[in-house]
Amino acid sequence: MTMLVVAEHDNRMLRPATLSAVTAAARIGGDIAVLVAGRECGAAARAAAQVSGVRTVLHADAAHYEHALAEELAPLIVKAAAGMSHVLAPATTFGKNIMPRVAAMLDVAQISDVVRVESPDTFVRPIYAGNALATVQSTDAVKVLTVRATGFDAAPAGGGNAGVVTLEPTPSTGLSAFVGQELTRSERPELTAAKVIVSGGRGLGSAENFRMIDALADKLGAAVGASRAAVDAGFVPNDYQVGQTGKIVAPELYIAVGISGAIQHLAGMKDSKVIVAINKDAEAPIFEVADYGLVADLFQAVPELIAALDK
Amino acid sequence: MKILVPIKRVVDANVRVRVKSDRSGVELANLKMAMNPFCEIAMEEAVRQQEAGTVKEIVAVTVGGAQCQDILRTALAMGADRAILVETDVEAQPLGVAKVLRAVADREKPEVIILGKQAIDDDNNQTGQMLAALLGWAQGTFASKLEFAGGGLRVTREVDGGLETLMLKLPAIVTTDLRLNEPRYVKLPNIMKAKKKPLDVIKAADLGVDLTSRLKVLKVEEPPARGGGIKVASVQELVHRLRNERKVI
Ligand SMILES: Cc1cc2nc3c(=O)[nH]c(=O)nc-3n(C[C@H](O)[C@H](O)[C@H](O)COP(=O)(O)OP(=O)(O)OC[C@H]3O[C@@H](n4cnc5c(N)ncnc54)[C@H](O)[C@@H]3O)c2cc1C
Ligand SMILES: Nc1ncnc2c1ncn2[C@@H]1O[C@H](COP(=O)(O)O)[C@@H](O)[C@H]1O
Repeated sequence: MTMLVVAEHDNRMLRPATLSAVTAAARIGGDIAVLVAGRECGAAARAAAQVSGVRTVLHADAAHYEHALAEELAPLIVKAAAGMSHVLAPATTFGKNIMPRVAAMLDVAQISDVVRVESPDTFVRPIYAGNALATVQSTDAVKVLTVRATGFDAAPAGGGNAGVVTLEPTPSTGLSAFVGQELTRSERPELTAAKVIVSGGRGLGSAENFRMIDALADKLGAAVGASRAAVDAGFVPNDYQVGQTGKIVAPELYIAVGISGAIQHLAGMKDSKVIVAINKDAEAPIFEVADYGLVADLFQAVPELIAALDK
Repeated sequence: MKILVPIKRVVDANVRVRVKSDRSGVELANLKMAMNPFCEIAMEEAVRQQEAGTVKEIVAVTVGGAQCQDILRTALAMGADRAILVETDVEAQPLGVAKVLRAVADREKPEVIILGKQAIDDDNNQTGQMLAALLGWAQGTFASKLEFAGGGLRVTREVDGGLETLMLKLPAIVTTDLRLNEPRYVKLPNIMKAKKKPLDVIKAADLGVDLTSRLKVLKVEEPPARGGGIKVASVQELVHRLRNERKVI
């Protein structure tokens, strides 16, 4: 049995979620091949060859793979999937965009957001914003999965010694073209890979006040997240959103400030190891999942907390 | 230009579902049902494009049981010109739904199909991408902005690192993200008008699509509950516990 893991990378480095997908593949059991497709992505292919547990790296290089367009990558993944038992990718916007297209081309179902592997054909995934966990069995010949990074530890980035095989690119479809991107620049750790996250909600009141969250995060070396309400109000960019329809995180420590704890928000963070909530409303549902709840006005508590961390 | 908007009937976003005691699924009896929020955003976008003059006809479509007519009426009240119910008793999965939608697209020949990015019941986030594959069309998923430009469709997408803009050839598939627009409230006169708009019913079987699911749900369980937390009295106590008890800071 050989499995294909589709790598998410920036042509130089692998994104951490790729390493979690490798671990999920290892749980299924069998040989692991990693597909690295991009433009001048030799460095990323070499990085994939170092990952512990990887047997083969399939390296496809072409200009039309530069921006990971689904229309271009899906035919290549389908080609690389020939003879494979499973095709896995991280359940990031990269994997969510491309993999259903791959599954439909293979005429198989996709199993989204896998958090646990029960056996080679049986997987666990959350439904209804994480209010239920479904165990599903696939009868398809090829299993197409997207893997939640919070469900699987990252495979060690070193220690492997896979062979790199060049894969002939598929022709460009020309259906879509990359125009540009506006990436959020930050010196802070990436939200989905951070050990500590401080998130702010509508309670912050303004973009200016939200800088308090940044200051607290910087004290803790933390990433910054937000509720949808905070994003909608324009306090922070969209990619800060944690939740059912935003990012799924499970850090060692999650501090929710001025967030009520709607089910859609909880869906994105309730698997965090330690949860702290700061909210002035003692009845806020966020306290139902918090290990430590502080009923307080955040405008007092947060500066106090920043000061206390200095001691 | 014609836009097709596939919509799904789901449990209302504000309802917290319970797992059935026999672990066969979630309890759906007597729950408030509604149009999936991302589908509302898709409908709203289609209506705005029509108001802007780019779109002539909007067709809403759903795949499901007879009870799904209610969300089609809502779509008609929002501004759809026609509605189609593809009736089936099978709880269709994304691949099956995408195959039905391909058959509908073959008949209707829309230039654009706008879907939600995700149905908030099964949280699959698959149908639009699958439909794009089956039709061989371009796809702009997780869209927060749409513009018709230069004979194509310019789509801004919400991606993990921020925003990305693509140009898509037409015909194309779009799936909506939360910030594309804010859906309007339907007004009473529009609800009255919607009652007179055409709503066709087609049997899924007549489209020749096999809706049998390839995924078998073995069981559905409650997620493990978190251990009971405590309220701390002060910032000092919080810092002390995080430092010394849990060693996370
Ligand atoms: C389809 C759909 C998908 C969604 N997806 C997501 C998602 O992915 N992520 C997400 O977060 N939401 C999502 N939502 C929205 C979600 O339902 C809530 O509306 C949102 O999470 C609320 O954000 P909030 O907690 O910041 O705001 P609110 O619910 O308004 O809560 C603000 C909190 O701040 C507290 N507060 C106010 N002032 C202070 C103060 N001075 N000191 C201390 N506390 C204070 C209040 O007591 C209150 O509890 C989704 C909704 C839908 C319908
Ligand atoms: N039964 C259905 N009928 C019509 N459209 C659907 C149906 N199921 C899903 N969709 C569309 O596909 C989108 C994504 O759903 P999903 O892939 O199930 O998360 C929804 O927002 C709808 O636009």
